[in-house]
Amino acid sequence: MTQDLLVYVVFIAYAVGMLMTFGTVLTWVERKQAAVMSDRIGANRAYVRIPFTQIKLVWLGLFHGIADGIKMLVKEDFKPRTYDWYAYAVAPWVVFTPVLLVFGVIPFGGTLDPGRLFPSLAEWFGGRTYNMQIAQLDAGLLIVFAFSGMTIIGAMLAGWSSANKFSLLGGLRAGSQMISYELVMGLTVLGLILIFGTVDLGSMVRQQSGVVLGFLPAWGVVYQPFAAVLFLTAAIAENKRIPFDLPEAESELIAGYYTEYSAMKMGLFMFAEFIEIAIVGALFTTLFLGGYNLPYMNDAGFTLPGGTTIAMSHGAVVVTQLVVFLVKVMLVCSFQILIRWTLPRFRYDQVLAFAWKFMLPLALANLCVTAVLVWSHQGAPL
Amino acid sequence: MKPYKRKQYWNEATLTPWERAYLPEILRGLIITSGVFLRNMQRWITGKKGALTIYYPEETRADYAPLNRGKHVLTQRPDGKPQCIACNMCATVCPAKVIEIEAAFDPTDVAHPKYPARFEIDYSRCIFCGLCVEACPEDAIRMAKETPGLPSDDRRQMWLTLDEMLTWQPQRDVAKPYPPAGAAKKIGGAE
Repeated sequence: MTQDLLVYVVFIAYAVGMLMTFGTVLTWVERKQAAVMSDRIGANRAYVRIPFTQIKLVWLGLFHGIADGIKMLVKEDFKPRTYDWYAYAVAPWVVFTPVLLVFGVIPFGGTLDPGRLFPSLAEWFGGRTYNMQIAQLDAGLLIVFAFSGMTIIGAMLAGWSSANKFSLLGGLRAGSQMISYELVMGLTVLGLILIFGTVDLGSMVRQQSGVVLGFLPAWGVVYQPFAAVLFLTAAIAENKRIPFDLPEAESELIAGYYTEYSAMKMGLFMFAEFIEIAIVGALFTTLFLGGYNLPYMNDAGFTLPGGTTIAMSHGAVVVTQLVVFLVKVMLVCSFQILIRWTLPRFRYDQVLAFAWKFMLPLALANLCVTAVLVWSHQGAPL
Repeated sequence: MKPYKRKQYWNEATLTPWERAYLPEILRGLIITSGVFLRNMQRWITGKKGALTIYYPEETRADYAPLNRGKHVLTQRPDGKPQCIACNMCATVCPAKVIEIEAAFDPTDVAHPKYPARFEIDYSRCIFCGLCVEACPEDAIRMAKETPGLPSDDRRQMWLTLDEMLTWQPQRDVAKPYPPAGAAKKIGGAE
């Protein structure tokens, strides 16, 4: 029991630390990537001076995230005069908390056997193994959708409680847009559920460590390339980033539903947005990119298509899986930022038409084709 | 009530079916931007500069126009003293009132007994209009094309003093030789 507690405290600390680090680092990545994409240098003025020396650490502007945080903490916490106090105060947390909770069901590594990792503790652990995942729920994917659906409430609360017409418009837009794309997202993932026959994310990743057609890694993107594109698009729209940032379109709505927020309350909205980039990256990695595994890799080592196996020690496997997961998530995040700095914003009617007239039929068609194929292959592996 | 009909503009965009399919053009855009990204990243990694912007003030542009009104310089006589006679004409004409001159008397220099003991310009307020250069009767103040090293945490650091402005070297200046042709005769015996 104590062992379980220890292991899961470590997992939770790792997950929270990873998300917070991603949230901070992504602000830097977004700035720098945008700068490099448009022939600029990017933010590089914030520095940390080593006390009592003149040595200034700039580190390519990495400290700008910390400077942002300090600025938001010490700014005046402006409150509008006419507002629904309780809803106004609670809205940033309603946006921020579910985003963190989603990560609870995402596996960030394979099976951990602490006894093999630390032989001196082997007796104490008594051969227990743990899947590197905070909560192993059979309803994994459903939890993801349940929690990510809750952020809509936060956005609408913020829009309503600010007593500001721009905020209200932003909140309305956020609500309609996120509900529309939530639907598309669910439908695209249904195909994967049909193929893998489970909604447990850990089991999905384990099934993706095999091969299909003899040489292709059995990743979700190989089974469902179409759904992968649709899912990523819908996820970006769900995250309300350009080109789908209608709820906070600054040229139309000042800042949308967080117009009346300032200081760290506004910071929480921004932080939630950046963490959600990482969450989308983690979800996409888990569902479509084989999760924490390299191609042909499983918990024992590599099994190459030719039939040769390369055994790896348990420690090496664990470290490789953790690192591979982080790298994959980072790549997907980077791709999202690439999209954000490439495409212009949609018009509002275009966003909804895109969801209901373009993506929804495509997702349904994809689901139908998948269902027929799964049915015709019933029993036999695809 | 008639149903709303959107106004048709003369420059309405016409899209080919390929562009209407949307996704291929999006992909093309992504390829362009990621291509620029990769090209610039490769330059940064190989130690070259992958940006078009200038990292001011650590770097300054080399292509200032020759007539750019930048930092002030005070011209010098061959003996190295400022050509300024502390007449205060520039300080008077200055619209931003940034020039401060303190005159002093030098009995040993018969031709130019009045000289500036202090000549300071507050660059936090200077508007670089060049009126001081036009007002000067002695061609003592000019403007170089380089910008002054302005950025500072403290506005009191933004004053340029006499010794910082006495940087002009007449021997090197081909375009504006000293003394100007004709001026030498006027000064005559003083040399």
